[in-house]
Amino acid sequence: MYEEYAVVMKGIVKRFPGVLANDHVDLFVRKGEIHAVVGENGAGKTTLMNQLYGLLHPDEGDIYIFGNKVIIRGPKDAIKNGIGMVHQHFMLVGNLTVAENVVLGSETTRGGVIFDLREARRKVKELSERYGLHVDVDAKIEDIPVGMQQRVEIIKTLYRGAEILVFDEPTAVLTPQETEELFEVMRRLKAAGKTMIFISHKLNEVMEISDNITVMRLGKVTANLVTRETNPREIARAMVGRDVVLRVEKPPHEPKEVVFEVEDLWVKDNRGLDAVRGVSLKVRAGEIVGIAGVAGNGQSEFVEAITGLRKIERGKVTLLGRDITGLDPRSLRNMRMTHIPEDRHKYGMVLQYPAYYNMILGKHWWEPYSVRGFLNHPAIFEGSKELFEEFDVRPRNVNMLGGNFSGGNQQKIVVAREVSGNPKFTAIAQPTRGLDVGAIEFIHRTILKLRENDVAILLVSMELEEIFSLSDRILVMYEGRIMGEVMPEKTTVEEVGLMMAGKRLEEVRT
Amino acid sequence: MRVLEALLDVFRNPQFYSISLTASTPLIFASLGGVFSEITGVVNIALEGIMLMGAFVSTAFTYYTGDPWIGILMAMVVGMGVAWLHAWASIKWWGDQIVSGTAIILMAQGITGFLMKPVFGQVGQTDLEKFKMVKHITREINPIIKPIKLPIPEKTFLGQAIGTISPLVILAFVSVFIGWFIIYKTTLGLRMRSVGENPEAADTLGVNVYGIRYFGVMMSGVFASIGGAFLSVGDTGIFKELMTGGRGFIALAAMILGNWNPIGAMLASILFGASEAFANQLQSSKLIEVSSSVKPLFNMVPFVVTLIVISGFIGKTRPPSADGVPYKKTD
Ligand SMILES: Nc1ncnc2c1ncn2[C@@H]1O[C@H](COP(=O)(O)OP(=O)(O)OP(=O)(O)O)[C@@H](O)[C@H]1O
Ligand SMILES: [Mg+2]
Repeated sequence: MYEEYAVVMKGIVKRFPGVLANDHVDLFVRKGEIHAVVGENGAGKTTLMNQLYGLLHPDEGDIYIFGNKVIIRGPKDAIKNGIGMVHQHFMLVGNLTVAENVVLGSETTRGGVIFDLREARRKVKELSERYGLHVDVDAKIEDIPVGMQQRVEIIKTLYRGAEILVFDEPTAVLTPQETEELFEVMRRLKAAGKTMIFISHKLNEVMEISDNITVMRLGKVTANLVTRETNPREIARAMVGRDVVLRVEKPPHEPKEVVFEVEDLWVKDNRGLDAVRGVSLKVRAGEIVGIAGVAGNGQSEFVEAITGLRKIERGKVTLLGRDITGLDPRSLRNMRMTHIPEDRHKYGMVLQYPAYYNMILGKHWWEPYSVRGFLNHPAIFEGSKELFEEFDVRPRNVNMLGGNFSGGNQQKIVVAREVSGNPKFTAIAQPTRGLDVGAIEFIHRTILKLRENDVAILLVSMELEEIFSLSDRILVMYEGRIMGEVMPEKTTVEEVGLMMAGKRLEEVRT
Repeated sequence: MRVLEALLDVFRNPQFYSISLTASTPLIFASLGGVFSEITGVVNIALEGIMLMGAFVSTAFTYYTGDPWIGILMAMVVGMGVAWLHAWASIKWWGDQIVSGTAIILMAQGITGFLMKPVFGQVGQTDLEKFKMVKHITREINPIIKPIKLPIPEKTFLGQAIGTISPLVILAFVSVFIGWFIIYKTTLGLRMRSVGENPEAADTLGVNVYGIRYFGVMMSGVFASIGGAFLSVGDTGIFKELMTGGRGFIALAAMILGNWNPIGAMLASILFGASEAFANQLQSSKLIEVSSSVKPLFNMVPFVVTLIVISGFIGKTRPPSADGVPYKKTD
């Protein structure tokens, strides 16, 4: 049965307390194809893949690999069946080297006991050359950029002889260039006869790389599409169940007084090198200032510095006419500054806390959440429930632990908390990373609503699309400096792209 | 001036070095144990209790069998068993590792105190002389593991400092080397480090997270109990209630200072051991007058050194990321 398929998952049912994450899901993946799985946040994609990899076990349903029915008890079984997985959140050991990470669990040895590092390095090098996956075998994982970490994950699967590779939102953390490189690798793997499952929220990527598409919604499969015969609009409709606006309309809005100002800001990165070198900018009430740039050009450090999370070496930051240079996050919050951080796991939420605490983090000392120094739980519950409703967080269960929400819904929780409660200024970084098209539309509308309410907004994003559709002014950052300022309606993607590559506006326009 | 003279005098005395080694040895064993446990992600403050058990059990078995080596062996077995308890509570039941560790310390203190009378026939501390007259052993026994003579001329400074040395001291250094080799050169060690840093990642690669953690914790019990046994049958020949006196905690400090590396932990243990020896020597110095009322203050020296060094270094060392975090599988 199912000889022509590399993977068949039939009638898969998976329940979590209070959630039906997979509801009789059927997935058919042909040998040697790139098969995209798309769907809203929380649709059950990761859950489905975790069952294929043995991290979760289906309540009902069967799995066939290359035509054979298999039971996958754990990752070991999955590996034995030729399945490899590049996880949504990387599964790498930070203090070990690339080579060590690759071989961990199936190490090269001398005499069965002694770890043969030299052999490991040789094998990793060989794999990386064969598939064009450039990595530095001796570097520690914690010291290398995410793009390379991802390549390590891919090599890990190949090292174990994977024939079927699962990529769970591999591009969410990549820059456009890195995404192109990943697609190159995927094409090479396909040429080598590997089968791939590709999960993404970016429909243009799905259109570019996949052969067939399975669309999921609320735990069910809602469509099986052939990529050549479909278009992004149709996919989006199957995903969300309605027509989605892929680019929101930005109404004209007159900005008011200057709310936030940065003068000649200098900030160092973790290694002590200058990451931000003399950035100056102003944000007015009711204005969205977008900062575009390739990842790693100082944007993260810049945002951390102005939100009180990183030391400012030099320069001045002003909010509502007050010098706030070097103030701690709590004082800044009391001045109605909020922050949607790019790394929601690190700064955005506490995964081990229930959602209702996550909804008030950073405001927990405010009325009504605290009364005379004590937490006021009824108010916290009520407030959280309202925000859940307003921001359509799924499932609607404020008692669930933060870590158990799907990636997209975690982001909604963070956004809901940060935009509610009348902020004056908000710093927003990568607000839609990992979100589905419906949720992106929603978040974009939310940001525009803030603008209408005269909040001053600083938006940092690697997505040019997002920068262009939301910003009133665009600043381009390269190696810690601003390359120039342009208006979205008076510039082109090419022009901004050149500035992102390090050309000053003057140079571009001559 | 006299004080300076007294200080210098300590360093000129070969005895200072031999006492330093003796004082370092239990710390070296216990901190190595700490490394084994924490590198796999289980915080083990129970070291103090396990050391105490080791000191007690080794004395007890020496007392009844007449052979301190059997005492050491049994201490290792019991130490491993106590550590297993800690592992079971914190790995299997995701218990709070500090609570479990504290419970084991208190339990060890209670049990050893309570068993003094039934086992040795006296409370407080055992009597060295009595050992030689245990009824069922007819020959005279030596309750202390016999030191060995190294081929160093006795008259030289070095010969006086380390010429005669307990085999357990040598074993301590050998253990550190073996520990280092296991952790950094074997597949087992690679897995241990991965499990302490990111158990989830290790799990997805088919590494047995729980098994490796059990191994790490139980090995820590073995090492810590030898460290404890050294205090009794390795050095003094007697067991005294609460005789570990906080050394388990100093060993933890040494482990942290040594950045969770066996060699580093050993060096830190030597630093702490030397400061204990230093205080000890200074107290008995003939050059300065130390009134007996301030003498107890000298005993604080190792702890003060610990505090100062730790507060200076702590930001620069980095614990395993998943240290102290129970690993829960979902399914
Ligand atoms: N361990 C868990 N306990 C309870 N609920 C869970 C758990 N893991 C996932 N869920 C729920 O199962 C549903 C499916 O989640 P899943 O992570 O598979 O979504 P997804 O399609 O991958 O979404 P995203 O695109 O946001 O990553 C969600 O409602 C989620 O909250
Ligand atoms: Mg997911």
